Amino acid sequence: MSVWRVIVAAVLLVLRGGRRGPKPEEPVDPRERRVPINSRAQLLVAALLALGGLAGLGFSVLYLLEPGNETQWLGLALGVALALIAAALIVAGKAVVPQEIAVEERSQLVHEHDEAIVPQMVAAGGEGVTRRRLIAGAAGVAGIGVGAALVTPAASLGPNVSQRIDDTPWRRGVRVVDERGRAILADDVAFGTFVTGFPEGASLRDLAAPIVIVRLLPSTIHLPAGRPLAQWAPEGLLAYSKICTHAGCAIALYRYPSFRATQPRPALVCPCHYSTFDPARGADVIFGPAGRPLPQLPLAIDPATRELRANGGYSGSIGPAWLNVDRGGA
Amino acid sequence: MRRAALALALGALLAAAAPASAAGPDGRALFRGSCASCHGLDGRGVPGSGPSLQRAGAQAADFYLRTGRMPLANPSDPPVRTPPLFTDAQITALTAYVASLGAGPPIPPVDLVHADLSAGRRAFTDHCAGCHQVLARGGIVTGAIAPPLQQATPTEVAQAVRIGPYLMPRFTRRQIDDRTLADIAAYVQWTKHPDDRGGWSIGNIGPIPEGLVAWFIGLLALLVVIRLIGERSPR
Repeated sequence: MSVWRVIVAAVLLVLRGGRRGPKPEEPVDPRERRVPINSRAQLLVAALLALGGLAGLGFSVLYLLEPGNETQWLGLALGVALALIAAALIVAGKAVVPQEIAVEERSQLVHEHDEAIVPQMVAAGGEGVTRRRLIAGAAGVAGIGVGAALVTPAASLGPNVSQRIDDTPWRRGVRVVDERGRAILADDVAFGTFVTGFPEGASLRDLAAPIVIVRLLPSTIHLPAGRPLAQWAPEGLLAYSKICTHAGCAIALYRYPSFRATQPRPALVCPCHYSTFDPARGADVIFGPAGRPLPQLPLAIDPATRELRANGGYSGSIGPAWLNVDRGGA
Repeated sequence: MRRAALALALGALLAAAAPASAAGPDGRALFRGSCASCHGLDGRGVPGSGPSLQRAGAQAADFYLRTGRMPLANPSDPPVRTPPLFTDAQITALTAYVASLGAGPPIPPVDLVHADLSAGRRAFTDHCAGCHQVLARGGIVTGAIAPPLQQATPTEVAQAVRIGPYLMPRFTRRQIDDRTLADIAAYVQWTKHPDDRGGWSIGNIGPIPEGLVAWFIGLLALLVVIRLIGERSPR
């Protein structure tokens, strides 16, 4: 009984105590806030904006210096830029920009009084101008930095814009090698395996360089017209560009049935968006967003050494889809 | 009560019957009973339902039976990992029988003692992660599921790489030599209990759940910041 009383009393005390707190004499409307001129706050805003702009420019510099690498640094630069600008806006809102509710009085028809004080007002207004220009200038730096950071990645769009789009390192007779430069022999490509090859002596990073080579039963291969098996798929060996025609990822997935009768047919699959290509039919798209088949590379087998060589150039443009690429022909 | 007695009697009978095949289970009989409908009475395959096993060897038989992928109820089903249907002794007998059908590869030895985990990770990333995901949590290929590998033993990993079960491509010794294969098997074992350096693993299934979590944390943080910098008006 008494315990209950103590508890109830305590609860009541807490509740009433909350209500009895010192009443504010007059509710302060935070929208009415006088902000004293605070040059340190103004400098802080300007500094934060300028640093944000520099961080944005840092993004551009990192992007152009190390293309494709160190995405963590890129993210950090952009994140710091945006965070600094946000901090600048917060400080500006709290300590620099005054907030007031202004009511414009109906003006008098004759402005004798105003005419007298306007010069004073202009003079008084000029006092703050230098700071305002400083902050506006810093905001300009921030805008340029972040704007540059947003525009820079456009440098990566598409292949290098020149006449080199269709120029690949593959020529008739170029040896096919693996990533360590060892020649790939016809017999290295067994049924059910897929092998990545490169043109001998070319840069591994060239989009046109990597090919996937698979072996299928010649009786199951139906290439488009104009690609005779002997010149394009000797002994059932087929080579296609490893770069997906949709977004330029590497074709890293290969499915090959262990028993043809009950299982799906062979397919080359892109891991990014699951574009699926039928290697037996000239890498026709059988699923997914790719708009055109993978370009095929005709192969030849060196009769003496059994090494694989290119038997010409690709059947079409390699690389991801871009404007005006014919959807039909590979 | 009577039923229990009956079951006991039956059990005793079975126990008495078992030693009749004292030398262990008969692989050929087991094959004829459980495999022949698709693979043929002599393992030469049945067109349209099952491939010939004459070149399969102990490697494939052991893999498919121990992972419960065979026998299939329906030949057009995708073989997936299930508890094995046969006992150890039966699998050994069946494997020996299939191996006797022709010159197939034996069960590959896997030397984990000298395996190099980081080399295994590199090789796994190059050859396997496209389908099975970097931490071997599995993934999809158009038309099939690449299984997670946490249940796979090192031997099963090595067998699968050489066989290319179902729709998986196989890898020759030129692409993945035996030493690298052991490294890969060791790495797959490691993925069972990876040390999550980053902290919270979120199922180890990649950047999408990680990004979602980051989004939710970021959104909450933004709400807190908004509350801190905002002001309430009295009205």
